[in-house]
Amino acid sequence: MSTLVKKIKHYLNASYELRSWFGTVDHKRIAILYLISVTLFFFVGGFFAVMIRLELLTPAGDLVSSETYNKLFTMHGIIMIFFFLIPAVPAVLGNFLIPIMIGARDMAFPRLNLASWYCYIGGALFATAAMVTGGVDTGWTFYTPYSSTYSNGAVVLTALGAFVAGFSSILTGLNFIVTIHKMRAPGMTWFRLPLFIWSNYAASIIMVLATPVLGAAIFLVFLERAFHIGIFDPNLGGDPVLFQHLFWFYSHPAVYIMILPSMGVMSELVAAFSRKRVFGYDFVAGSSLAIAVLGFLVWGHHMFVSSQSMYAGFVFSFLSFLVAIPSAIKVFNWTATLYKGSISLQTPMLYALGFIGLFTIGGLTGLFLASLGLDVHVHDTYFIVAHFHYIMVGGVVMGYLGGLHYWWPKMTGRLYPEFWARISALNIFIGFNLTFFPQFLLGYMGMPRRYHAYPEEFQVLNVMSTAGASVLAVGYLIPMIYMLWSLKYGKKAPANPWNAKGLEWTIPSPPPVHNFDEIPVVTEEAYAYAEAPHRG
Amino acid sequence: MAKQTHSPLQHHFTSLSQQYAASQLGMWTFLLTELLFFGGLFLSYTIYRMSYPHGFAAASHELDVRLGCINTIVLISSSLTMALAVRAGHEGKGKSITGFLVLTMALGGTFLGIKSIEYAHKFHEHFVPGPNFAFPHYASQGPELFFSLYFAMTGLHAIHMIIGLVALGVVAWKATRGRYTKEYSTPVEMLGLYWHFVDIVWIFLFPLLYLLGRH
Repeated sequence: MSTLVKKIKHYLNASYELRSWFGTVDHKRIAILYLISVTLFFFVGGFFAVMIRLELLTPAGDLVSSETYNKLFTMHGIIMIFFFLIPAVPAVLGNFLIPIMIGARDMAFPRLNLASWYCYIGGALFATAAMVTGGVDTGWTFYTPYSSTYSNGAVVLTALGAFVAGFSSILTGLNFIVTIHKMRAPGMTWFRLPLFIWSNYAASIIMVLATPVLGAAIFLVFLERAFHIGIFDPNLGGDPVLFQHLFWFYSHPAVYIMILPSMGVMSELVAAFSRKRVFGYDFVAGSSLAIAVLGFLVWGHHMFVSSQSMYAGFVFSFLSFLVAIPSAIKVFNWTATLYKGSISLQTPMLYALGFIGLFTIGGLTGLFLASLGLDVHVHDTYFIVAHFHYIMVGGVVMGYLGGLHYWWPKMTGRLYPEFWARISALNIFIGFNLTFFPQFLLGYMGMPRRYHAYPEEFQVLNVMSTAGASVLAVGYLIPMIYMLWSLKYGKKAPANPWNAKGLEWTIPSPPPVHNFDEIPVVTEEAYAYAEAPHRG
Repeated sequence: MAKQTHSPLQHHFTSLSQQYAASQLGMWTFLLTELLFFGGLFLSYTIYRMSYPHGFAAASHELDVRLGCINTIVLISSSLTMALAVRAGHEGKGKSITGFLVLTMALGGTFLGIKSIEYAHKFHEHFVPGPNFAFPHYASQGPELFFSLYFAMTGLHAIHMIIGLVALGVVAWKATRGRYTKEYSTPVEMLGLYWHFVDIVWIFLFPLLYLLGRH
């Protein structure tokens, strides 16, 4: 048996020395490098989250000082956004799957792909260095002139970290765009592409077009801090609001960098576990692009109360409402796909259903915030915190974990234990809602964000939220344990454990080094599932 | 192509034309990101130019138009030699590639040399923003902002030129070793696109910083 196993060479056992991992140009190995580093930072960011929630357990600020608290939420935000939410789905699942799904042997630029991982690690090291040498307290948004003049010097290191990590994002997006354009197998036309590819394509466009502007903004903050040149400092004639424009021109579209790839995962999962083709494929594909385009036009809704003219506010409010249309198209089409499908509630499907629920709540509350008058009331309260956690964290965690479970057999060649996986999926869904739903109420009642103490009447809801966070933490730890366990003890996975459609399921698990011995010729549309017989 | 010992076709592409198309799209996409990166600075410049028109005009008078003009000519010439290097690449003339690339490097180096003379001059005049900044007879913050943006934008441009010079050196060295043929000179061509981009950025910087508001 063991000799037989050894004969089968795949990307994991092709070679073992360290250089074959840290110098690899194989997109699958790079995906594994990302998987490990992204997961590590998820737990680092999660640790800060737990500290924040513990501090907020009681109304008095008694666990940490207000200064430490500021550093905690800043590092939580920076780590989670730049080093988990943005890279998680595209860099791990996208890297692993995009070439395989379109029938290519690798990304268009394999060495660039590795370079982008090193940029990620480089940025992470700068941010970590800032963290261990005292921490930064500006909030992840680096608002000027606080960040450029008054905060401590760790801002420079942290901003450098975000800047370098931005290169990772740009290079990944560029690689995806070129790969999807130029590396498709014969017969893999644009409208035969899996929707995961479409959504990553749309996200890549945002990465390429928005990230450089953040780079410019951070570059200017860096210059202002380091050389005291005035761009944002009002004392030197500058304008701090300019920073907010530049920052949100990136950071609003960045939300869609996070959510679009997860939406792609959802389309794959919903189709595979209801055994139907995705309802309205063209519209789901097109809505990804529409979200990408509209995402660039709405940054001003972050600045309703930042000296923006009322008319600009109207326009940004209206444009922000428009994003709801393509988002709703996706939700309706997933629902229509589920309708009369032969649904099996395997773990990835549980995550998909969880995603639809959380995304709907997050999306609808987004409409509240796009409304000019209501936004002025809930601006910078826990309502905002709850909203963006539902959209960004709910979206990415559900997409990442759902996708990771779905493709785990392909990536590792092992099956995970279904029972524990379902328990943890439910656990996460319950924990998530218990953590963040009370925050909507808190925010509506007027509890501001980023305060380390609060009036006593808010305590009950805060205790609920903290309790939810601990449930959530358990929910995250369980998959960590059983997935590591499955690497050694899990059942061997067949090539296509879910009976799913798509090129990735036509090759062995785990895939061979060059994916395909012979480049496949594609003759059918994506999701060519035979429709299940109607059950009345 | 069969004669070559070192095939330029990488394993994951099925044909040289596919590989070429991928490089080209990749380079253009990269240049798009560069455009947006500079775009953030151009936006800042535009906004402050509108807020402080007189201060900006006064400050831009302090720039040396002659040196800027010479530099523009030098840089456009380097774009020409770069274009000739690309054509030599298409014709598979390895030696001409090296020659034109070295010429391009010389012109690029001249540009940076002149630029550093300008920088030194500004430093002596106390036009570098910061505690020692001094602009005679002007109360508003406009000139300091102007010089902030001047150094940020031309400095970023210079960094791009330095990176370009290193890349030129590498490609020129590879050209001497006969790596480029009629069928395959993609790196020369891609470097050409990059160099032209750096050139075009300067074509915008020169009038914005040196000429605008001057009578």
